Amino acid sequence: MMASKALPLFPEAAKTALSNTQLRRNLSKATTTIRAKRAAVVGELPDWEDLRTAGSAIKARVMRHLDEYLLQLESAVERAGGQVHWARDAAEANRVIIAIIQAANADRVVKVKSLTTDEIRLNGALARAGIRAIETDLAELIIQLAGETSSHILVPAIHKNRSEIRDLFRRTIARGEELSDDPSQLAAAARAYLREQFLSAQVAVSGANFAIAETGTTCVVESEGNGRMCLSLPHTLLTVMGIEKILPTFRDLAVFLQLLPRSSTGERMNPYTSLWTGVTPGDGPQAFHLVLLDNGRTNVLADEVGRQTLHCIRCSACLNTCPVYARTGGHAYGSVYPGPIGAILTPQLLGVKQAKTLPYASTLCGACYEVCPVKINIPEVLLHLRGEVTQQTPPLNPEALAMRELARIFVSPERYERAQRLARRGQRFFMHGGVIDHLPGIFSGWTTTRDLTPVPKQSFRDWWRARQKGRQS
Amino acid sequence: MRAALFITCFNDTLFPNVGIATTRLLERLGLTVEFPETQTCCGQMHYNTGYQRETIPLVRHFVEVFDTAEVIVAPSASCVGMVRDLYPRAAKLSGDGALVEAVERLTPRVYELSELLVNRLGLTDVGAYYPHRVTYHPTCHSLRVLHVGDAPLRLLRGVKGIDLVELPGAAECCGFGGTFAIKNADTSLAMLSDKMRCVLDTGAEVLCAADTSCLMHIGGGLHRQRAGVATVHLAEILAATESEAE
Repeated sequence: MMASKALPLFPEAAKTALSNTQLRRNLSKATTTIRAKRAAVVGELPDWEDLRTAGSAIKARVMRHLDEYLLQLESAVERAGGQVHWARDAAEANRVIIAIIQAANADRVVKVKSLTTDEIRLNGALARAGIRAIETDLAELIIQLAGETSSHILVPAIHKNRSEIRDLFRRTIARGEELSDDPSQLAAAARAYLREQFLSAQVAVSGANFAIAETGTTCVVESEGNGRMCLSLPHTLLTVMGIEKILPTFRDLAVFLQLLPRSSTGERMNPYTSLWTGVTPGDGPQAFHLVLLDNGRTNVLADEVGRQTLHCIRCSACLNTCPVYARTGGHAYGSVYPGPIGAILTPQLLGVKQAKTLPYASTLCGACYEVCPVKINIPEVLLHLRGEVTQQTPPLNPEALAMRELARIFVSPERYERAQRLARRGQRFFMHGGVIDHLPGIFSGWTTTRDLTPVPKQSFRDWWRARQKGRQS
Repeated sequence: MRAALFITCFNDTLFPNVGIATTRLLERLGLTVEFPETQTCCGQMHYNTGYQRETIPLVRHFVEVFDTAEVIVAPSASCVGMVRDLYPRAAKLSGDGALVEAVERLTPRVYELSELLVNRLGLTDVGAYYPHRVTYHPTCHSLRVLHVGDAPLRLLRGVKGIDLVELPGAAECCGFGGTFAIKNADTSLAMLSDKMRCVLDTGAEVLCAADTSCLMHIGGGLHRQRAGVATVHLAEILAATESEAE
């Protein structure tokens, strides 16, 4: 489990985010741009829908036979000179990782951008063990220097604009040098700082986009080349991977290396694709450790509807397209995994009790499902999780009572018509100038900014009956 | 063709004119309209809010009411989406094999209004006259659950006298989402204000959609701002004729 504490409530966290005008501007600009880029490169492929179907089918097969593929991967990695470690949860993974780093006599590691290590809060655990973690992905570095957390799967610093980054670099890595907000100058400052780290680090920690059960090959895709530096320069490489990231055969990569870059960065191909199989004497890291992490995933796998969540390849297309995410940003979701995928993954990893507002952080508009490269039916899983939330809600909760009473009214035509008449009579207390402009309690959220149409004198069924009567006479 | 009107509780109670327009339109096109009077609510709000077990009796009731209908038509994309997309799941949840089968028999006969007109009846010109500047908001359910595509737009293009203008960012949700607008009122409002800006940018005097729930949401915001844009359901535009025009 990621944490046992309940997350902050989404509506409240969202309210804070929504009032930050700079954040709104940054997010709207970034998500609009990346949506258009994705749409353009996806539109180029006549077989995009077939690719999605293939991606979904491969992942469904992986989930069906995950136990076998994991053992196959373990033996393939060990055959190629790597070591495999199994971690039930975050604490176990962090213990394994710290022990390996300490055995290598290192007090510092360079890191490839990895959500899985964020999920297990590795950097904090390393710091407590006296080991310094240096993020080398530019955006990860930015948020690490700022002491913040990621707000996007792919673009962790999406909430920041370049002048905010300039100010941050001036305070931290620029060492008093003058710095403009020109992106190339900002990148140069980061490069100068990171080069030193790459050349002196003994241990690197990465995640993995894919691992091939057949060959034991691990794969990281990235844009900057900083990941490649980490994966090739240090002596020891530690890769932490969720157990669901397996692909059965090398051939399957062909599907995902098309789906992923087009969905995530809106590129035909990502600039750097690193593949390694165990260790190669004299070339690259000479010690390779693969940590296979469960941390709640087998619980997700056990759920017939929720299982498809594990198909996710962390492309972030659902975040970019989501009208909720595009306005609240990622921090409102209170988890490493924000946006629509986070709204279904986090409650499943933590348990719905810990994240009971997340399944409701969606209008069910379906935009996420439409762009998902592996066809995760996010609205379906959201509804399924909402069902679990209400099952765990105390039966005397006001919403639950109201819903049950309404269901009792709706199932009977007589009670339904009586309720219609009652609403017509009762609404006059809330009406002003022909509309309902103020409602009490939870409904005030509607009328603070919207008028509500009043119930008219005649319902449709009244009209119908009057017409039928007129025809008969 | 005998068309059983599934009015939806929302239209029945709050927007009877949409039902009246749908009835007149279908009768003008030569269909026999029936209104099974024991119909109530499809249960969409319950299901979408997570009260899925509470929905099962409503599914059962709906199936009983509409079992013998030749075709079932509703002027609401989201309620049709509920029946076609979610009734099979609710029935499965009930564990009642007979209900699962009954739902399977029923769902292929359920149409949203524009689907019935364009896809089933092959009509795009229904003889309507509507001399106003109109912009069309394709609701999420019509686009991404029912996949009606451009059927409503083809019908609107066939309307005489209409000045149809494109809505920027049309495919984006207006922020209603049923109980979402209550549970996440601030986020809902942020989405609504962007949608209203897009509507106002078109200079349209009428905003049209195939769902009164989304129209009530956007219209409620526009009305509060005294924006001077009316919200009108697709059925009302299609039902309007030259002889009725004032």
